[in-house]
Amino acid sequence: MISFSQVRKSYRGGHEALAELSFSIESGELVFVTGRSGAGKSTLLKLIPAIERPTSGTVLVNGQNIGSMRRPAIPYLRRNLGLIFQDQKLLYDRSVFENVMLPLAFTGHARKEAARRARAALDKVGLLAREKANPITLSGGEQQRLCIARAVVNRPGILLADEPTASLDSASATEVMDMFRSFNQVGVTVLIATHDEALVQRLNPRVLTLKQGRLEP
Amino acid sequence: MSAWLRQHWQTFSLTLARLAANPVATLLNVTVIGVALALPLGGYLLLQNLAGVTRQVAGNPQISLFLTREAGKADIAALEARLKQMPGVRAVRFISREQALEGLKRSENMADVIAALQSNPLPDAFVLETGGSTAELEALEPVLKALPKIAHVQFDSTWAKRLESLLALGRTAVSMLAALLAFGLVAVTFNTIRLQILTQQDEIEVSSLIGATDGFIRRPFFYLGVILGGLGALAALAIVYLCMLILNRSILELARFYGSDFRLDFFGFPDCLAVLAFAAVLGWLGAYMSVSRHLANTQSR
Repeated sequence: MISFSQVRKSYRGGHEALAELSFSIESGELVFVTGRSGAGKSTLLKLIPAIERPTSGTVLVNGQNIGSMRRPAIPYLRRNLGLIFQDQKLLYDRSVFENVMLPLAFTGHARKEAARRARAALDKVGLLAREKANPITLSGGEQQRLCIARAVVNRPGILLADEPTASLDSASATEVMDMFRSFNQVGVTVLIATHDEALVQRLNPRVLTLKQGRLEP
Repeated sequence: MSAWLRQHWQTFSLTLARLAANPVATLLNVTVIGVALALPLGGYLLLQNLAGVTRQVAGNPQISLFLTREAGKADIAALEARLKQMPGVRAVRFISREQALEGLKRSENMADVIAALQSNPLPDAFVLETGGSTAELEALEPVLKALPKIAHVQFDSTWAKRLESLLALGRTAVSMLAALLAFGLVAVTFNTIRLQILTQQDEIEVSSLIGATDGFIRRPFFYLGVILGGLGALAALAIVYLCMLILNRSILELARFYGSDFRLDFFGFPDCLAVLAFAAVLGWLGAYMSVSRHLANTQSR
């Protein structure tokens, strides 16, 4: 489903974020990417939705080669991925409900069908009661759950989360992690980058550990 | 309804909703475009109306031949026969001095003056309807002047010809003004849409990251440009129409002194439609330039 082979990513100025990275993730897996800050976790996650392109090597997502993908095809790739960003990227000029409606606006759903889906997604993350609220009034854990609702509203096959528990207290963090596990249990492939080792150990999943852009054996 | 149509409709209504959400900014933008368009549009309206008058007069140039006092019935008959055979003369109408006096009596302003007259001061006259070009008329002039018993030859259309060439100058000036202000309109929409892109930068970024196509992201800004241009054109038409109503009051009064019912007429429906379309296209152009310039920066990845 996702496969990296000999992937290298270096930025202008010579900084090498990833080097000789090879691994593959099967459909329905739950995988964590761990490592210290700057180890390349975010870069790895950004390569999958073609936010970044590999400098060399091959990244395959659902059989598509990200490195050679043409720009007009990228949106359609991203629609099958649920992205949860490190900096959340919620829109504070609209309600919780409208935030979740955003991905449905460009997939051509009728407003009614879109609203039904958005409410279903909000219900899954336990925010249905807050749909009219502005995201700024939500707690940190609630905001993170809103990000998850927005990521899953298009029913993606793959969920990518970059440090989803970074700013949360342990109770909220556990809650969010349980949510990812429940999505994984219904068949969604989940890839989570985190530096929180304790949280990872509790779930006992497959772990990819990065150190200076390379996989630790 | 197909998904494509629905998306367009959603974008259109979203754009209108955004405009309505900022009524002051919208009103200002529309007013700027409206005033800018109203200037050449008003000039064009005036020219079009004046051109209508000259076309009426100049289209069928008339020549009046005033006879001398001593011209008798035989002279008149001989003249009429000769005039009818001249090239370029379509119709010859004889107006006797009595008929001319009667005509003057009928116009209300002159009735009192005529009544005070002891005798009829008017000469007999021929009115020639010509269909020829200016060159033909000019060739006719010496021939007519050489005819016997003719006191005066008057080309009724000369002033109309002069007005017409003046109007041509006016049209050039209006075209230049229109071209300049069209640039202005493009600049206004360019800037408005730049600001709109800046205020929606977060939304644009997120949308792009989660799978919106470039087309989807650009579309609302194109709509915004077209709607701004269209609303501006409506404002311009309204401004010109109001000015015309006000002007017409004075013009009617003035025209009545000359026994004319001249008044300014507004553009026809096709003209209004053309103005709307023109402004919408300019709005789109401004939007296109702004979107190409500013979205390239936000979506560099």
